[in-house]
Amino acid sequence: MSAKTKIASPEARTEALKDALSEKGLIPEGALEGVIHTASEEWDPKNGARVVARAWVEPDFKKRLLEDGTKACAELGYEGIQGEYIVALEDEPTRHNVIVCTQCSCTAWPVLGLPADWYKSPEYRARVVREPRRVLREMGLNLEKNIAIRVWETSAETRYMVIPCRPEGTEGWSEDRLADLVTREALVGIALATSA
Amino acid sequence: MDGIHDLGGMAGFGKVSYEEDEPVFHEPWQATAFALNIVGIGVLRNHNADEYRHSIERMPPIHYLQACYYERVLTGAATLFVEKGVVDLDDLEARAGGAFPLAMPNAVDPMADLAPQPVARFKIGDRVIVKDIHPKGHTRVPRFCRGKTGTVLHVAPAFSFPDAAAHGGVFRKEHTYHVEFASTDLWSDAGAENESVVVDLWDSYLDGEAS
Repeated sequence: MSAKTKIASPEARTEALKDALSEKGLIPEGALEGVIHTASEEWDPKNGARVVARAWVEPDFKKRLLEDGTKACAELGYEGIQGEYIVALEDEPTRHNVIVCTQCSCTAWPVLGLPADWYKSPEYRARVVREPRRVLREMGLNLEKNIAIRVWETSAETRYMVIPCRPEGTEGWSEDRLADLVTREALVGIALATSA
Repeated sequence: MDGIHDLGGMAGFGKVSYEEDEPVFHEPWQATAFALNIVGIGVLRNHNADEYRHSIERMPPIHYLQACYYERVLTGAATLFVEKGVVDLDDLEARAGGAFPLAMPNAVDPMADLAPQPVARFKIGDRVIVKDIHPKGHTRVPRFCRGKTGTVLHVAPAFSFPDAAAHGGVFRKEHTYHVEFASTDLWSDAGAENESVVVDLWDSYLDGEAS
């Protein structure tokens, strides 16, 4: 078939699948739009940033977050699909945490949002487990040799988030102001939280 | 399966590209492809998350590496809709106006013979050895830790065993463990002494050190 000699664009293939399913009446009205809305508007790394800021200012909350990350995130309203078992990893001055999913691209959607392209790239997935210090340096985070690096491979159902160290000089800052220091990158561990 | 998806530790890849202020989706079709798969899993119950992951793993390696993430999502989901008879490949190709490449078929005899472990056998601090298994189907044991010894840092709740769930096997739940491996034990690289990798592993993937 001549029509098959050229591969259709991903866009055309997506439309084809959507139309084929729709014509069979299989897609409930608004279902696709609902998923897209949740993914675009509700799953947001700002959620994770708020969790971290709360942990920085409220020792009791931090304790709960470290003991049961799922429940603590749910206190702030962040729960659901790909957030069924959240474990928060606390950075220490001498130990840094970084997250990867080498086999697909799992992350804690409700608190980290859908992952960025770099997280999903073969380069990151292949290399960060084997040479994390070099990969982080290439991405702008230079960790001295005396700082241990733990790379967390998301190979099962645990979904991780990093609690970066609170930057010095932020004593007395409001939770909102602190949350602005916590980027999507810091929540995965390829950057630190900084007040600069 | 020992597939292209199991990238951890593979050499030859260059620098990670990084985009400042990246949008959630770069193009509308990517959002649609993502949503079609989520609806396929959550609403239509056409497939589960393990079947979905494996459908992507079954993509021919060259296609896998050349496709962006959402093209892999699309290919995996479409493969499962076709395999389960919900849509027809010829119809999809006619609609798309060109070829619609899918993943390769499932392997015959896809599961490793692993005894179910309904009760957690290990605790924090235990030394465990990862079984050196090579199932032809879906598994979540990365190649880089097979046969290696690590230390249990954390015991997670019991979750559905993916090797079975991806292939219509008997449903079973097992605890997973966060097992820390010294990077020097995984790859013996010089200069990696202060680095480790923690892998989340189901109980039946593991043996006790003394066994």
